[in-house]
Amino acid sequence: MSIKKTSLNNLHIKYGAKLVEFAGYQMPIQYKDGIIQEHKYTRSHSGIFDVSHMGQLFISGGDDLTNDLEKIFPADLKKLKTNQSKYSFLMNNKGGIQDDLIITKTSDGFLIILNAACKYNDYEVIKSKLNNQYKLNLDESLSLIALQGPEAKNVLNKVIPGCDSLKFMNGNNYVYKNEKVYITRSGYTGEDGFEISIKHSDVETFVESLIENGSKLIGLGARDTLRMEAGLCLYGNDLDNDTSPIEANLKWAIPKSRIETEFVGSEVLKNQFQSGVKKLRVGIKPDSKVIARGNTKIYNDKNQEIGKVTSGTFGPSVEHPIAMGYVDNSYSTVNTKIFLEVRGKKIPANICNLPFYKKNYVKGEINV
Amino acid sequence: MSEVKYSKEHEWIKLDGEEATIGITKHATEMLGDIVFAELPEKGSNVDKDGTAGVVESTKAASDVYTPVSGEVIDTNQMIVDDPSKINEDPEESAWFFKLKIKDKSEMDSLMSKEEYEKFAKETSA
Repeated sequence: MSIKKTSLNNLHIKYGAKLVEFAGYQMPIQYKDGIIQEHKYTRSHSGIFDVSHMGQLFISGGDDLTNDLEKIFPADLKKLKTNQSKYSFLMNNKGGIQDDLIITKTSDGFLIILNAACKYNDYEVIKSKLNNQYKLNLDESLSLIALQGPEAKNVLNKVIPGCDSLKFMNGNNYVYKNEKVYITRSGYTGEDGFEISIKHSDVETFVESLIENGSKLIGLGARDTLRMEAGLCLYGNDLDNDTSPIEANLKWAIPKSRIETEFVGSEVLKNQFQSGVKKLRVGIKPDSKVIARGNTKIYNDKNQEIGKVTSGTFGPSVEHPIAMGYVDNSYSTVNTKIFLEVRGKKIPANICNLPFYKKNYVKGEINV
Repeated sequence: MSEVKYSKEHEWIKLDGEEATIGITKHATEMLGDIVFAELPEKGSNVDKDGTAGVVESTKAASDVYTPVSGEVIDTNQMIVDDPSKINEDPEESAWFFKLKIKDKSEMDSLMSKEEYEKFAKETSA
């Protein structure tokens, strides 16, 4: 399979991107400023992320669609208002996560944003679970841009007026150069921000106008450090087919109204809700400057292995190494002393609260 | 007169008599990106040619630092441990890694000159 390019490929090169292959796409890992400066610019001003490799799946047609999708996803889709979004999961029968995703109710159905590496498989799984009854469109004619940071609303409002009135996890249709764009107030950096679904033919001029208004392109490297500081999971690292949303400490994303109802994996989840889980995702803060990357083994003070790190890096805003991983549930309490095996040495660390960096999302007019 | 040579692992080594100063090249720092952690060998320890003698980590990944020659570690640069970003700023001067009392000067012979290294770096990163 040949490597794909997004519609911003020329722009990435123009702004000095270092390109790498990610999920079958040639993507920018960083630009000229480097990961730390890009990370800090997103936290202090605003950053533009090309996330066009992610899947935009539109599902429509039929009155039973909401019911049938609730048999797949553990979200309260019946209560979802048009243009409202929820974070949810595609699970297997064992309650393991096949993908984590955002579902938005549209005027004629639902839009689901899927991870790039999972999107084609998700499409097949969802299609077959819906018994081919509905219209599914994994729309590859659209780019997806995330604009994140405290200045995101001001920058975007200059280019597309009116979008600053959107509430967190809500979307709407807007017009850019006489074409429809769909904007949601969401993101994955721990900052206020937006995701803009826009035609390939308009995306380059759109991004250039965001840059003219003070924003900067940010690569996948800083996207990763930003999401880790925000305590957010990366599919394939922190979430996988053998891990349930309960184990991943994402219980909040499963509404109480759905616990007793049926969906793919509901048996396992119901059981875990009642009896608890053996392993749990936790935040980890090493005592020293040593960085524990994914797959680092975790030990207790008796030198027994109790889990492993799934993501770890240096947090540019917290100015300290940060990590998350899974530990035996009896060690998941905050401030529990643990040890990380890095290059043969046992590095002391503590279980800590997530996120490492305090969120700055906007709900209506109020900063929370 | 001091002599500067380069290894295929992207270290530079400056020799003054029996004392060698070792660091990583500017090219290496450009490949690594922002460096956020450095670990150095212990003073007084002995290191062997091509063996691991430290670690640098960027936001992206960890990389071993090798010693291009054998010897006893006589000094390490605490400045880069305290502020690893200095390695990106000044890799071939003030942000040196460690100093060795070398064992065998002939180990320098297999290393590259500046011109040879620049050619090597260009070819391997292309």
